[in-house]
Amino acid sequence: MKNEKGVIIKVENINKTFKLPHEKNTSIKNIIINPLRKRTFERQQVLKNINIDIKKGEFFGIIGRNGSGKSTLLKLMAGIYSPDSGLIHINGNLTPFIELGVGFNPELTGRENVYLNGALLGFNRKEMKDMYDEIVEFEIVEFAEIKKFMDQKLKNYSSGMQVRLAFSIAIRVNTDILIIDEVLAVGDILFQEKCFQVFKNIKKSKTTVVFVSHDLNSLKEFCDRIAIIDRGKLVDIGDPSKMVMEYEALVAETEDVSHEEYDKHEEITKSRSRPGTGDYNIEKVEVINNDGKKAKHLLENESFTVRVYYRSNKNIPSFVCGISITDIDGVSLIGPNTKDSKFKLPGIKPQSEGYINAFFSTNLLSSGVYFITVGLFDSLVSKPLDYYEKAVKFKIIGGANHGKFNIEPKWSNHKTSR
Amino acid sequence: MKHIYSKENKALLSELVRTDFKLRYQGSVLGYAWSLLRPLFMFLILYLVFAVLFKVGKTIPNYPIYLLLGIVLWTFFQEMTQQSLGAIVGRGDLIRKIMIPRWLIIVSVSIGALINLGLNLVVVMIFVAISGMDLLRTSVWLPLYIIEIYVFAVGVSLILSALFVKYRDISYIWEVLLQAGFYATPILYPMSLISNINIQKIIFLNPLAQAIQGARNVFVTSSSTTIGNVWLNKFAFLIPLFIIFIFIAGGAIYFKKESKYFAENL
Repeated sequence: MKNEKGVIIKVENINKTFKLPHEKNTSIKNIIINPLRKRTFERQQVLKNINIDIKKGEFFGIIGRNGSGKSTLLKLMAGIYSPDSGLIHINGNLTPFIELGVGFNPELTGRENVYLNGALLGFNRKEMKDMYDEIVEFEIVEFAEIKKFMDQKLKNYSSGMQVRLAFSIAIRVNTDILIIDEVLAVGDILFQEKCFQVFKNIKKSKTTVVFVSHDLNSLKEFCDRIAIIDRGKLVDIGDPSKMVMEYEALVAETEDVSHEEYDKHEEITKSRSRPGTGDYNIEKVEVINNDGKKAKHLLENESFTVRVYYRSNKNIPSFVCGISITDIDGVSLIGPNTKDSKFKLPGIKPQSEGYINAFFSTNLLSSGVYFITVGLFDSLVSKPLDYYEKAVKFKIIGGANHGKFNIEPKWSNHKTSR
Repeated sequence: MKHIYSKENKALLSELVRTDFKLRYQGSVLGYAWSLLRPLFMFLILYLVFAVLFKVGKTIPNYPIYLLLGIVLWTFFQEMTQQSLGAIVGRGDLIRKIMIPRWLIIVSVSIGALINLGLNLVVVMIFVAISGMDLLRTSVWLPLYIIEIYVFAVGVSLILSALFVKYRDISYIWEVLLQAGFYATPILYPMSLISNINIQKIIFLNPLAQAIQGARNVFVTSSSTTIGNVWLNKFAFLIPLFIIFIFIAGGAIYFKKESKYFAENL
C-alpha cells in the first residue's frame, strides 16, 4: 500500500456484485431432485470501479438516489460486505454503525440495551459503565425523560425515545472514523437540532466521518467534500455546494420531471395547431447549456442558448425571429426578437435549412419550469410565418425559489433615529 | 481482526452471553432457578425409568451417576450444536448492520452451553452426594473429556451454522442425525449390551462415545469400557481425536470462507 499522507480510508477499484437467485432454491430437496439444473442468478453489479480517498479529519458525504449503491459502499467500508475485487484500506479505528440502535432488543431493559449496544460498538466494560452514567445525565435523554424508564423494557419506549437512547450511545463512541447512514431521517425537529449540535462537535473534534444522507442542506452544511454515486459509478467528488447542484441536475435529467401541470401543458402543445402562412417552418427548438450540449435542465445563473432550426418554403427577402420565455402559468417573462435587437435575418432559398442562435449570457431565472415559444414573422412583423407555442420546456435547478427572478440587491442598513 | 482476548471482544462476548441468558428465562416466575430445576427433574425421571423400573445397569456400580453423566455430556453437545446452528441466522440483524467477528457469535453460544453444563454438573454432584458415592481420584481428568467434547462441538457448530445460512433444511437433518447419534452412543445402555466386538469398535470411533465412556471411566467407575479396552490398544483414542481435529480445522476453514458473505446471503 502506498502510504499516502493523511489518507485514512482508501477505496481502490472496488467492484461489488450481488447474486440474486431467480427462484430461491435453498432446500436440499430441490438439489437432490434436480442436481443438474443450474441455479439461475441475476448478477447485479452494484458498484463499478469505485476509487475514493478520504482524508483524516474529513467530513465526507456521499449522495446518490435510492439503489445507487451508496449503502453498499458504506457496508464495504465497514467490512460487513466483502468486495469482488479491489481493496479497502482503513488506516485507523473504525466504528461501523450503519444504523442506530443495532442489536436493540425490545425484551431487554433500557439499561441492558445500553450495555449490549455499547459492547457492539466496541466499548469495554469499564468504558460502558462510564458511558452509562453519562447517558443518563445526557440532555437528549433527560429531555425525553428516559432516566426514569431505564429499568423498563425497551418495548415500552416510544420510538422517539428509542432513537434518542440509541443516538446518545452512538455519539459516545471514541473512534477515528465514524460511518453514519441516514441518521437524520428519524426523530422530530428538536431531536434533529440536537443531532446538528452533535455533528458540529464531531466536526470540531476532527473525527473522520463518512456520512450518507438525502438531506442536501445538512450535507452542504457539514461536509468538506461530497461524492456523487449513481448506478454504481462514482460520478464526481468535490466541493459540497457544487456537488449538490450537480446531483440535482443528475436527478432531474434522469427522472424526467413529472410535474402534472407540465405534462398537461405538453399535451396541449402537441394538439395545438400552428398558425402561420407556412412560408417558413420552425423544425425544432433546442436549449443549449453552457457546455454546448442540448439540455432540458440548466443551473441557476447558467448562461444558455436557444437554437431555432428553420426551413424555408418560399423565397422572401428577410424575416424576423421572436422568442418568448413563459413560466408554468403561461405568463410571458421576456420576449426578445431580432427586429428589436436590430439583427438582420436574410431569407434563404426554398427547401434549404438553417438555425438561429439566441445566446443569453445572463440568466436571472429562478428555479422552476419554463417554456419557450418561438415565432417567425415577415420583415414587418405583420403576419406570422410559423408560430410554435411552447416549443420546448426546460427547468432551472438549484437555489431558492422566491419569485421568478434571481436579482440580488445590494443591501444596506441605516440608522435614522438617535 | 482484533484478538479474541481484546477488551472489546471480551466485553461483547460477555454481553452476548448475558443477553441470551436473560432472554431465555424471560417472563418466568422462577427465572434462573429453572436452569437448575429443569435438569434436576429430567434426571429424576430418567433415574426412575432406567435405574429403578428397568434396572438396565444393575451390573454397573453407581449406575444412576453413570447414566446422568452420560446424559449431561450428551446434552452439552446437543444443546451447543443445535443452538449454534441457528445462531448466525438468528443474529442476522447484527450481521447485516455491524462488523463484529462472526465467530464471536458461535463462541458466545458455546459459552452459554458451557455454563449450562456447569449447572448440570452441579446437579450431578448433588446426586453423587445423595447416593454416597466415593469420588474417584481419577476425576481430575474429567475436564479433559469435557474439553474434547467442547472442541468437537465447536467444529460441528461452525460447519452447521455456516451451512444453515445457505440451506435451511440443515436444521431438520441435524435433528434426525442427533436422534440417531443419541442411540448410536452408549448413553442409556451399557456397552456390554452389544455383544459384537467389531460393532463396539465402530461405536467407539465416534468421538462422543469415546469421550463419554472415558469420562465415566475416570469419574464414576473404572470398570467402564473405554476405547482402549475395545481396540486393545491404548493409543486407539487418537482416532476419534483425529476426527475431532478434522471437524475443527475443516469447520474453521469453511466458516471463515463463508463468513465473508453472511451479510449478503442472510
